[in-house]
Amino acid sequence: MAQADASSRGGAGAATAEVSWDELRGAIGAEQVRPAGPADAVASVAPRMVAEPADVTQLAAALRWANDAGIAVAPRGGGTKLGWGNAPKELGLILSTKRLNRIVEHAWADLTVVVEAGVTFGKLQSALAEHGQRLAVDPLWPENATIGGILSTNDSGALRLRFGGLRDLVIGVTLVLPDGTLAKSGGKVVKNVAGYDLPKLATGALGTLGVITQAGFRLHPVPPSEGRTLTFRAGSVSEANRLIVEMQGSALAHTSLQARAQHDAQPEVDVRFDGTPAGIEAQCSTARKLAAFAVETGESAEVWNARQELWRKADSSAVAKFSVLPSHIAAACETVRKAADKGGMKWRIVAQGTGLGWVRLEAPKPEHIGDALATLRAEFEKDAGSLFIAHRPDGAGAVDAWGSPGDAYPLMVRVKQQFDPRGTLNPGRFVGGI
Amino acid sequence: MDTRILEEFRAVVGERGLISSAEELHTYECDGLTNFRVMPEAVLLPESAEQVQAIVRVCHRERIPFVARGSGTGLSGGALPVEHGIVISTARMNRILEVDLTNQRVAVEPGVINLDVTGRVSPHGFFYAPDPSSQSVCSIGGNVAENSGGAHCLKYGFTTTHVLGIEVVLPDGSMVHLGGRTLDAPGYDLPGVFVGSEGTLGVTTKVILRIVKRPECIQTLLAAFGTTGEAGAAVSGIIAAGMVPAAIEMMDNLSIQAAEAAVHAHYPDCGGLLLVELDGPAAEVASLMERVNEICRSCGATEIRVAQSEAERAVFWKGRKAAFAAVGRISPNYIVQDGVIPRTALPRILEEIERLSAAAGIKVANVFHAGDGNLHPLVLYDRRVPGQEHAAEELAMRILELCVEAGGSITGEHGVGEEKKLMMGKMFSEPDLETMQLVRCAFDPLQLSNPSKVFPRPRLCGEKPGRYEPHPLEVAGIAERF
Ligand SMILES: Cc1cc2nc3c(=O)[nH]c(=O)nc-3n(C[C@H](O)[C@H](O)[C@H](O)COP(=O)(O)OP(=O)(O)OC[C@H]3O[C@@H](n4cnc5c(N)ncnc54)[C@H](O)[C@@H]3O)c2cc1C
Repeated sequence: MAQADASSRGGAGAATAEVSWDELRGAIGAEQVRPAGPADAVASVAPRMVAEPADVTQLAAALRWANDAGIAVAPRGGGTKLGWGNAPKELGLILSTKRLNRIVEHAWADLTVVVEAGVTFGKLQSALAEHGQRLAVDPLWPENATIGGILSTNDSGALRLRFGGLRDLVIGVTLVLPDGTLAKSGGKVVKNVAGYDLPKLATGALGTLGVITQAGFRLHPVPPSEGRTLTFRAGSVSEANRLIVEMQGSALAHTSLQARAQHDAQPEVDVRFDGTPAGIEAQCSTARKLAAFAVETGESAEVWNARQELWRKADSSAVAKFSVLPSHIAAACETVRKAADKGGMKWRIVAQGTGLGWVRLEAPKPEHIGDALATLRAEFEKDAGSLFIAHRPDGAGAVDAWGSPGDAYPLMVRVKQQFDPRGTLNPGRFVGGI
Repeated sequence: MDTRILEEFRAVVGERGLISSAEELHTYECDGLTNFRVMPEAVLLPESAEQVQAIVRVCHRERIPFVARGSGTGLSGGALPVEHGIVISTARMNRILEVDLTNQRVAVEPGVINLDVTGRVSPHGFFYAPDPSSQSVCSIGGNVAENSGGAHCLKYGFTTTHVLGIEVVLPDGSMVHLGGRTLDAPGYDLPGVFVGSEGTLGVTTKVILRIVKRPECIQTLLAAFGTTGEAGAAVSGIIAAGMVPAAIEMMDNLSIQAAEAAVHAHYPDCGGLLLVELDGPAAEVASLMERVNEICRSCGATEIRVAQSEAERAVFWKGRKAAFAAVGRISPNYIVQDGVIPRTALPRILEEIERLSAAAGIKVANVFHAGDGNLHPLVLYDRRVPGQEHAAEELAMRILELCVEAGGSITGEHGVGEEKKLMMGKMFSEPDLETMQLVRCAFDPLQLSNPSKVFPRPRLCGEKPGRYEPHPLEVAGIAERF
């Protein structure tokens, strides 16, 4: 596979030593720039400085300056997922979007919102709730995660099944490119096909193409009632998978559907219904009929925190996202079980009906985790799937976070070269060393 | 075209796959937007992705521009041939390759007709959700290129939501797979940018689509109002009540008349007609339909009908789906416009359209996807009357400006193509457009794939500020720097 020479940065590393940070202070104001501390490290790589521009003009000036000076930049929102991706090849400056924190326009009657990248998800949701609306995604750590970070990491949860991913909800973005260009695409209406869809390109790009400073979204009404969650215990992961496939293939209009499995318990399947009381009631009884071969065990919305729970005290564990065909969820669980058993590991899985799932591996010896992850990835990739390793413990060895981008990789490198020819943004952190 | 090259093409696609005689080429001169016409040098009809690759390799080597074409129903000149170029038609690549009901995925060749996907899976209770009114003729390859929408996209999303993976022959003849059968393939969301790129980034040779389970219950309501303003208020009321109907469509009096003349849908003669479709669990649909009924009544509906059978529902839709063509019954010529506004701006924009229409002495019939603010003003004129065509074109473009001024878009589903590329500058700044074209440079640095569409000016891809490097187009003698 071709190497990502997108990140060969014209002698940037060498230049770092002679950098005049005063130029940056001059460009955006001294109070906006401070030396980095230990807490600012990205995957154990320490930056030199942190800039917190007060507005988009300053942010563009700071990025352009860094690009000209050959300083590698990591954009940062709430910092909740800063460790995702590979360690940066270089890092000089953290560019924070924290102060870009305005909700620009909530056109509630049009069910759209335009928001700056540094707004936290929690703040956005409570503003939207005033008009009975929401952005229908459920990202990790919503109180601290920012819109820019959620988009850049493409972080979605159980609501994805019904409402689609961020790619399906984002309707516009403003990007600052490394050369300081401010570019918007998409717009603030739900339907729009004018020009290329850069909002989707920026989603999941881990800040390697430009810094997202603003985004527009389509919104949904908050469901009229609390909704209802049913949980069923299945005899095996294949029974759990069967239930998922049957519910997906039924006329049920569930909001979310997930399987939970772990090394020391029988798998469970959770399904959530929202809507009118009569609709919910009717669907619950249909669901129970479909699940006649399983045991109903509870009715608690707590189960939807399961994905985030995987991250609890996860320092010495690995947490990874997998993507398989929905009918292969059981096989994925078996693969995990086998790989984990080998190293005497504990494991836990939360898998959505979409085929997207999360796995946590906990090992007495971290080096076993590296091997297990490699095995999992190889197995998933054999059948059109993938494994993204979001977190691995120290000592797990150098495992690539992403896996194979397939035959479109050279094209991805060319895209990167066009947007960021000097490899300024998050060098080395994305797929294949981009 | 050089006979040597023509022979080379013939060797790839065979005698039946090559069209080069002038009278046969006429068919391919234009798409659904018939006022732009260009004769291609040749039309090729490959039968496989390998043949497409072989054709594109020759084009790349010889610097011959090419335009992919599906069914030619596009309404923005997307499939309009380019000077000295060839057309690659997907008409013979029309096989459904794979149906995976368990995982709700279907793999198709690009020439497969939209409605045939639904046809194939409906016996099993599934459907393919994006439903452009042209669905019985348009191709999936064209839908992907245009990110086509339809009445039911309000709830189900546009083509882009339903495309999981795309096999593409890039303009240098190489083949890549964007996305795939599973979600969130590692790397950039290239299917996301490719969908809606209007044939400018390469040729689609295979698409993996998502299909959707048919809901338990579908109900369709038709409501007649005195004015479009009242109908619009009802739409706002429905949205404000927290409902997401499967579709909300509106027609004004002129388009109702046209539809009646053409297909006899038995629409009431009124100022504004709404079609509201709800789907989902039966218990839920019943109670929500009651709410919709109340809202319509409180907004002044003079007549409300709920379709009592699948046949009646089909008749409700027939008038709406036939609206564009139907306008031909009441006007010798017309322009189908496509713009988007924030839905709440509807009453103001309609008034404005009416004012402009009266001032220009040109009638405008209005059909909307009212739920998402997508307007289709149909600008009626008579080519035989001197000056009318020009005035109609001016009015159509002025309506788009209104959309942009209201914070909307110059196109919601028909694309920019040839027709609206100059309007792009009204909606986007120069840096916005330059940035979009970075994608183009990554996919197609020589600008061979449907060149000169979408953007008002091509970006020279080799450009690096400060330092002069000859662009590949200049080296090839195709472009000069001014
Ligand atoms: C009566 C009528 C009603 C319509 N209603 C709607 C509607 O409700 N909603 C809507 O969205 N549109 C509608 N349209 C517009 C049109 O049908 C759509 O844009 C459709 O997707 C075009 O498909 P096609 O196969 O005809 O493509 P074409 O017109 O042949 O091509 C359209 C574009 O796609 C490109 N293209 C085609 N195939 C490929 C390929 N394999 N690879 C790369 N590029 C390719 C072409 O180069 C061109 O730029 C309507 C059109 C008509 C005539």
